[in-house]
Amino acid sequence: MYIYDEIDQRVVDQRVAQFRGQTERFLAGKLGEDEFRQLRLRNGLYVQRYAPMLRVAIPYGILSSKQLRMLAHIARKYDRDYGHFSTRQNIQYNWPKLEEVPDILADLATVQMHAIQTSGNCVRNITADHFGGVAQDEIVDSFVWCEIIRQWSTFHPEFNWLPRKFKIAVNGATSDRVATHVHDIGLHAVKNEQGEIGFRVVIGGGLGRTPIIGPVVREFLPWQHLLTYLEAALRVYNRNGRRDNPYKARIKILVKETGLETFRAKVEAEWALLKDGPNTLTDAEVQRVEARFPKVAYLSLPAADAGLKRQLESDTAFRNWHQRNVQAHKVPGYAAVTLSLKKTGVPTGDATSAQMDAVADLADQYSFGELRVSHEQNLILADVRQSELFALWEKAKAIGFATPNIGLLTNIICCPGGDFCALANAKSIPVAAAIQERFDDLDYLHDIGELDLNISGCINACGHHHVGHIGILGVDKNSEEWYQIEIGGNQGETRQGQIRNPLGAAIGKVLGRAFARADVPDVIERLIECYLARRDSDAERFIDVVHRIGIEPFKESVYGAQSAKAAASGSTAPALSVPA
Amino acid sequence: MKLIQNRRAATDSWQLFKPVPAEGEAEVTFTAVPAEGDAIVPLAQWQQQKDALLARQGRTGVWLDAHEGADLIAADALSLPLIALNFPKFGDGRSLSTARLLRERYGYQGELRAIGEVFRDLVLGMHRCGIDSFALRDDQDVDDTIKALEELPLAYQASVDQPLPLFRRRAG
Ligand code: SF4
Repeated sequence: MYIYDEIDQRVVDQRVAQFRGQTERFLAGKLGEDEFRQLRLRNGLYVQRYAPMLRVAIPYGILSSKQLRMLAHIARKYDRDYGHFSTRQNIQYNWPKLEEVPDILADLATVQMHAIQTSGNCVRNITADHFGGVAQDEIVDSFVWCEIIRQWSTFHPEFNWLPRKFKIAVNGATSDRVATHVHDIGLHAVKNEQGEIGFRVVIGGGLGRTPIIGPVVREFLPWQHLLTYLEAALRVYNRNGRRDNPYKARIKILVKETGLETFRAKVEAEWALLKDGPNTLTDAEVQRVEARFPKVAYLSLPAADAGLKRQLESDTAFRNWHQRNVQAHKVPGYAAVTLSLKKTGVPTGDATSAQMDAVADLADQYSFGELRVSHEQNLILADVRQSELFALWEKAKAIGFATPNIGLLTNIICCPGGDFCALANAKSIPVAAAIQERFDDLDYLHDIGELDLNISGCINACGHHHVGHIGILGVDKNSEEWYQIEIGGNQGETRQGQIRNPLGAAIGKVLGRAFARADVPDVIERLIECYLARRDSDAERFIDVVHRIGIEPFKESVYGAQSAKAAASGSTAPALSVPA
Repeated sequence: MKLIQNRRAATDSWQLFKPVPAEGEAEVTFTAVPAEGDAIVPLAQWQQQKDALLARQGRTGVWLDAHEGADLIAADALSLPLIALNFPKFGDGRSLSTARLLRERYGYQGELRAIGEVFRDLVLGMHRCGIDSFALRDDQDVDDTIKALEELPLAYQASVDQPLPLFRRRAG
């Protein structure tokens, strides 16, 4: 992670003081409810269903063990002893007291953390590929670019009151692990024919009510011009984005209504006037930022560890875990390990303070004191020696973080839903739990193979259901909770290396009528059976089959042959209970 | 009127004129501006009555509503003593871009005034975008708002108050 210098520290301290003043004025009745709302939102403080919710930024998902211990401390001291890792590489606390929030922020500032711009209509926490810096297919270290953008966007005076929230994602590798096509701006590092580094700029993707796969606005933006280009795009949006209707205020709607060509022309025209100005990035600045990320002192090790090979041969459970939860590393002898927060029966993404402390210890012991949070709501130790994987696995098992399900059906992405979120139409956590229980058999799970299942409690889509291979959406019909299911969504090509049929980002298609909560696990099971019966080999994933044969066979498997048509017509009659 | 100019409480010599809202099919009409006194008129009135307005004794400034871009006044900007920018709603940041453009692209040097929802905790951002005069919302406290201009003295990015981004100053 980036280590603050004295200036970075002062910026955060200033903000704590400013926010303390705002909170005090509110509590003293000198600041109206509405205005305080806007101001506290700029600092990640919501008022939720039962209590305030504080969202703390984990900039682009990297943490030191010291920072994680602070997050544990905050859970213990100010909250109910746990935190929730969100899909945007943040952590949320559901039970803080408003008057204590300034103290929480002051505690955070002591370990170079904050809640700046984690909500509100401004540039949010930048998200990054969670294998940044270690992936074998890396082009640039995405974290360096995220930090440059973080500094540029922090309290940007012109872009602090945008029409709507603004999410930027940076992907530094060939494969796309941040879903660049469903962000307001997605930056995908590329190397051109001359070997120069730049970014492919995708603008106007997004999920929510109007899911859109963002178009490429510029194929190659030389890195020097990153900030001037962002200023141009944000300025066009700030001036022209709709403010009459919050549902139409995201940049994706502006791009769509303006038309891609016209939108691009506007951005390029604005950029032409900003290009080569003072915001043009320099080698010196990139190197300065790079140098503030501590260098990992890798040992020179053989590419394959002999002991590991023996352990893999002799222990099936370890082999399963290794196959799912361990990723190749660009440095010989090392591996990246995903600690699964998706144990059956535990709300997705939740971790207790004791677990956080335990993971901090693991990070210190096995991974240079650093870890990452993925948008799939897991924790990653990115720099583990192969020879230590077995020992790490045993310790991870002891704290319940070794479920070997990364990339599998039970690695569910799930928003807090109706249990916590005031906007929810339906609960999401119990749905995830019921599915995890149904697919509890590990052999079966591994046989099904790679499958992303995502759940959102309402169309705000915090659970990214549109880009799940299977997506589940909570809907409200006559004040009852129902669940709509879509299939065929994809967040982008996340796999490294030689891949059969690489698949781009795609939005899922709705199967038909919604289902009662109790029926959801059955429906998922039928979809899986349909897939297993039709795949050509176990190398063909669920998503590959959906893209090959379309959604009709799946519809039939769920609704039966005759009713598939009726379901497709979008009738609003109550859902059929799925036949046993 | 509560006014802050250049970080100080000030008394206002300017009168703000608003268009008379149109009823039905009728065209928007403008309030007649007296021959004496400094007047800030809507952009459309300026465009239609420029010569008459300039023939008056008092000075004339122009205000832009949030949807009206800086380019619409660019040609006259250098000769105007005052341009005002409207913030019609708390949280509407369109005029922030207008302010920067007037200062940075069109070289406007005169008084740049925020009108509308001008609220204590918003003035700092406005100031950084080049606004140097604030017609505060009635319920705002002048002295307390001046203090808000001192919050967050360090900023990373280039803007009107600091034309070089921090990384260029840091390097130096
Ligand atoms: S998707 Fe809806 S229910 Fe879930 S966290 Fe987001 S707003 Fe809340």
